[in-house]
Amino acid sequence: MARVELRNIRKAFRGHVALHDLSLDIGDGEFFVLLGPTGAGKTTTLRLIAGLDAPDSGAIVIGAHDVGTWSAAQRDVALVFQYYSLYPHYTVRQNLEFPLKSKHRRIGASEIAGRVAQAAKTLRIEHLLDRKTDRLSGGEMQRVSIGRAIVRQPRIFLMDEPLSSLDAKLREILRAELKDLQMKLAATFLYVTHDQVEAMSMGDRVGVLNRGRIVQVGTPHEIYNRPRDTFVATFVGSPAMNLFAGAIRDGHLVVVPGRLEIPIGAGLAPPVALRAGRVTLGVRSEDVAVGPGGGLEGQVYAVENHGVEKIVTLKVEEQLVKVTVPAQTAIEVDGTVPFTFNPRKLHFFDVESGVRLDT
Amino acid sequence: MADIVLRDIEKYFGDNYIIRKLNLEIRHREFLVLLGPSGCGKTTTLRAIAGLETIDRGEILIDGRAVQGRQAADRDIAFVFQLFALYPHLTAYDNIAFPLRATRETRAVVDLRVREVARALRIEALLGKRPSALSGGDMQRVAIGRALVRRPKAVLMDEPIGALDAKLREEMRAELKHIHRENEATTVYVTHDQVEAMAMADRIAIMDEGVLRQVGSPTEVYQHPANLFVAQFVGSPIMNVLAAAVRPGDRQTHLLVGEDDAVLRFPAGLSEMVIQRGHADSALTVGIRPEGVLVSRQAIDGYIPVEAHIIEPLGPYDIVDLKLGKQLLRCRTASGYVERAGDTVWARLDEKQTHFFDYRTGESLGIRL
Repeated sequence: MARVELRNIRKAFRGHVALHDLSLDIGDGEFFVLLGPTGAGKTTTLRLIAGLDAPDSGAIVIGAHDVGTWSAAQRDVALVFQYYSLYPHYTVRQNLEFPLKSKHRRIGASEIAGRVAQAAKTLRIEHLLDRKTDRLSGGEMQRVSIGRAIVRQPRIFLMDEPLSSLDAKLREILRAELKDLQMKLAATFLYVTHDQVEAMSMGDRVGVLNRGRIVQVGTPHEIYNRPRDTFVATFVGSPAMNLFAGAIRDGHLVVVPGRLEIPIGAGLAPPVALRAGRVTLGVRSEDVAVGPGGGLEGQVYAVENHGVEKIVTLKVEEQLVKVTVPAQTAIEVDGTVPFTFNPRKLHFFDVESGVRLDT
Repeated sequence: MADIVLRDIEKYFGDNYIIRKLNLEIRHREFLVLLGPSGCGKTTTLRAIAGLETIDRGEILIDGRAVQGRQAADRDIAFVFQLFALYPHLTAYDNIAFPLRATRETRAVVDLRVREVARALRIEALLGKRPSALSGGDMQRVAIGRALVRRPKAVLMDEPIGALDAKLREEMRAELKHIHRENEATTVYVTHDQVEAMAMADRIAIMDEGVLRQVGSPTEVYQHPANLFVAQFVGSPIMNVLAAAVRPGDRQTHLLVGEDDAVLRFPAGLSEMVIQRGHADSALTVGIRPEGVLVSRQAIDGYIPVEAHIIEPLGPYDIVDLKLGKQLLRCRTASGYVERAGDTVWARLDEKQTHFFDYRTGESLGIRL
């Protein structure tokens, strides 16, 4: 178990800068999720920590040591990938034993047997130990891959989208299992994903990465409720946060003149009103309600059933507004409905930079 | 515009059925989604309707006419694939106009129809661009425009937004639904994603291993799944499923969960209903969606104490795993309602949202409390 610190890491590949001045501090025993779209630099970051690549500049500290000159083996980290790389003709037991049988390790047979048994128990794959891995389902294979990391008792677990090749139901089950596992092991997990649901549901903290830069680090609650910019605001949460370009006029934020104007009351984001008069307004779909009181009206453009709730898309002239309503709410497409914004749940962002304007 | 009737369709490779005794009526102007896991036969069914795949038994009727003898091209059906097959050297406009030009429409008619479709798809500004200059979502919009422009009797779509990223899929869901409403083409849409199916369908047909397991509106399949397969395939998080037994009591039925994991109180009539349905041994499978598990931080009569195991914050709400003896019960709570893992909370099942299944066959017992 160890903490991991990245200090001012820069990494370029053939002129393309993959990571710009990246700094991160991951606590001992923390489940840290690095979240970002394809090409953000997530996997590059993992590879640098694992020692599979070297940064152009900056330092990587594991525990108390700068590991810049250490080999991958010396760093004692375990990697789990999206595609399980198991030995197909070996049994699950042999696959689990394999990393321990390396000559460098000199681990006794009874110790090996004990660790394999413990890992199998933790992952609930004891009944599979004598099965060949090519006879396993995708979920079972991924459990074995994780088991191979566990038996090594590494200082850090690095996971690169380990669930993304599995189907939706299995992902849901393994999400909870992985979080449970991390809590049981009290291990440091650095988990990379493009799936915001995974990040929110598993992470103690989430680092949002975009184009090689860390945009925000925070608890899932902070990331969701106080996104640092419009990228984080729309990347985290489903449906994506509604964003509106607006102008501030006479105490109102005007999105569509005469049709979509939101009063900016006393005490509500006063610094916003001081800006040049233009602002990006963000509102999550669950903070918009269908019902009278706000003087706003929209035409129902589409209604999506999501079982426990519905997502309604309203149209105000050319502006689309997504609203989450309870499943039993009766709403007809093409009808006109009144709606309101929760005034305490409005987010304001700079029009140019997209950065959050805070009170 | 048409209705499509599938009657006793079968398709097999050797001894393996791909589709088994499939009967399905797709109504005029309906948006029907064929939903199921990979390998369930949904794409084969779609391709059979299009005439791209032969069937071994049964018949397919479009507008009341059997179409087996007719070539794909003669069925007047448009097909949209997962991977946009656009002509790279043509502009978006020419890609959309292409099927019309083949029919020798006048230039004015072509122009009118292309612009009409482009407006519905919100791609008017992109008409002059080539595919290479378009985003994935816009390419798929163009591909859909090309399918719709000829006003075919029916539009068949095979995971048309499956290759797009999550945010774009979300946008396209609402767009596709809106477009369908505008042009009212009978649409058969294949996906493995239950969120897409729920969000877009007028009705969903759920397939598993070549067999149609249920057809119904999103609300029907969500609230009244016909069997355990549908119950667990539709909805996220997955419906909790518990082995249980009923014991009649004076004023209530006791529902014994697992091996003495918990005893839950239900209305008195339940045990009789279970036994009436031929389950004299009183065993059954109980299903409850996370939102059907009612949770309280204070002790309430009728609620049982449980330990919170894992809390997954999802933003607007949390998913919390509760320990019910050796079983885990997932519930949905307001964000932050259960403060930390290990806390004790009180829970019960909302009887109106509890589903009862035959423990042997997985079929619904049809009990609605």
